[in-house]
Amino acid sequence: MPEPLLSVRDFSVVYDVDPPVEAVKNVTLELQRGEILGLAGESGCGKTTLAYGVQRLLRVPAVITSGSVTFHDSSGTAIDVNSLGAEEMRRFRWNKVSMVFQGAMNALNPVTTIGAQLDDVFLVHRPELSRRERRSACEELLEIVAVGRDRTRSYPHELSGGMRQRVMIAMALALRPQLMVMDEPTTALDVLVQREILRKISQLRHEFGFSVIFITHDLPLLLEISDRIAVMRDGTIIELASAREIWERPQHEYTKTLLASFPRLTGERGVLVR
Amino acid sequence: MTTLEFQNVSKRYRVRGAAPMLALEGVSFTLHDRETIALVGQSGSGKSTIAKILTQLEIPTSGSVLLDGKPIPRRGKGLRSYRQTLRMVFQDPFASLNPYHSIRYNIERPLRLDNVVPKAETEEEVRRLLDRVQLDVNAVIDRRPHELSGGQRQRVAIARALASRPALLVADEPVSMLDVSIRLGVLNLLSDLQREEGLGLLYITHDLATARHFSDEIMVLHHGRVVEHGPADEVILNPQHEYTRELRAASPDPEKHFASVPGTNEGGAA
Repeated sequence: MPEPLLSVRDFSVVYDVDPPVEAVKNVTLELQRGEILGLAGESGCGKTTLAYGVQRLLRVPAVITSGSVTFHDSSGTAIDVNSLGAEEMRRFRWNKVSMVFQGAMNALNPVTTIGAQLDDVFLVHRPELSRRERRSACEELLEIVAVGRDRTRSYPHELSGGMRQRVMIAMALALRPQLMVMDEPTTALDVLVQREILRKISQLRHEFGFSVIFITHDLPLLLEISDRIAVMRDGTIIELASAREIWERPQHEYTKTLLASFPRLTGERGVLVR
Repeated sequence: MTTLEFQNVSKRYRVRGAAPMLALEGVSFTLHDRETIALVGQSGSGKSTIAKILTQLEIPTSGSVLLDGKPIPRRGKGLRSYRQTLRMVFQDPFASLNPYHSIRYNIERPLRLDNVVPKAETEEEVRRLLDRVQLDVNAVIDRRPHELSGGQRQRVAIARALASRPALLVADEPVSMLDVSIRLGVLNLLSDLQREEGLGLLYITHDLATARHFSDEIMVLHHGRVVEHGPADEVILNPQHEYTRELRAASPDPEKHFASVPGTNEGGAA
């Protein structure tokens, strides 16, 4: 029996500029525990705003105008994300929900070692740990993502793009969150490195049982990695179904267009929209 | 008829305090006008080194590059006329257009420098070129690059490349910086122009799927060597070299994915 992890009800976000932009309109969505949910759609459709919004990571001029976000913690309590105070919110983030940011190539601090940056996470969120415990936790994380413990003293520029991306995943994994939001985590990488990262995500998901919201506009990739896919357009979810359903029986015209705008690797040639 | 030939080209970069880096090793191929070759390979395989040698930004360590059987002049008028024959579309349309000048100026420059049309006809030619790349001429001609979207900018870059009436075009990852929803439009445009203008196109990419759809031949580069070269369908559907198979297996392919996990919907890239 699937068990919900995150319930989003009637969620709307408006960018309060002139004229106001309704970036997300009345989205209702249920994310299951352990599930990889793909969010697809073109630039500006609201997918990043939605993913940031449910963690309250948006800044002015973005305003959440309606809706609720409920996080069903593994302890059994339901957390109403919108009603958390500043300190509770700080603890909620990264402990329960972590994030792998877009363009991880540049998301690491270039002037400190990756060991120090991982250490920061524990320093802030696990102040009870000793220096030695933090160190071994960091080394363990780098082992998990196959970067290797001997890299703690490396600076970001000494690592390849794929390794930096894996360091970002290690950081997101640090506090064993129940949900990881990944915003275009492989876009800047070449296919071989991308495949390796996807395998790692899949494997870690099975190992640690977290859910993933995977944002990308690369539909072929999403079809392979996701359990379910939500297709967004103009701030609304126009179709939400299992990856296979989306692939075999897309209902919405826009989904069909989106599917048709990717050249097939092995299928028939020339099945492209013009 | 224009033919560009790479004969056994190698390029070695000197690295301070380390062994020299062999970026290309014995690469040979021929590009004719009216033909599209896709050059694929992962980061660091030597794709961009080939582009740099083609544009004579780098000089090969050994081997030769011939245009219609003749070596390419290293300087002066000869080099200039070579660069008029072969034009390049760069990856990043945000960086490749001069931000201080209008779109009109950006396109006018090659027209003036290469004396393509009489001065009085320059304006008309700029408009023709912008129209050729399916831009709304009046809406963009007086704008500056930052006022246009990525896709529009890349179209301007293509118009600029066409301004000198080249016979050959090198497109280095022309759509990888663009949003997915407009990539296909730009690729279709390139492919239409290639056909209609009879251009020889070298399409550099790491995306096997578009390489297959938009080119006649595919050349696979690995550690600076050409490991496979053949008709596009042949290379993708029936790859001979281990590395090509690896690249193919790594590329997202929903068709194969859903065929291999019947019934269930276990999302798993592994």
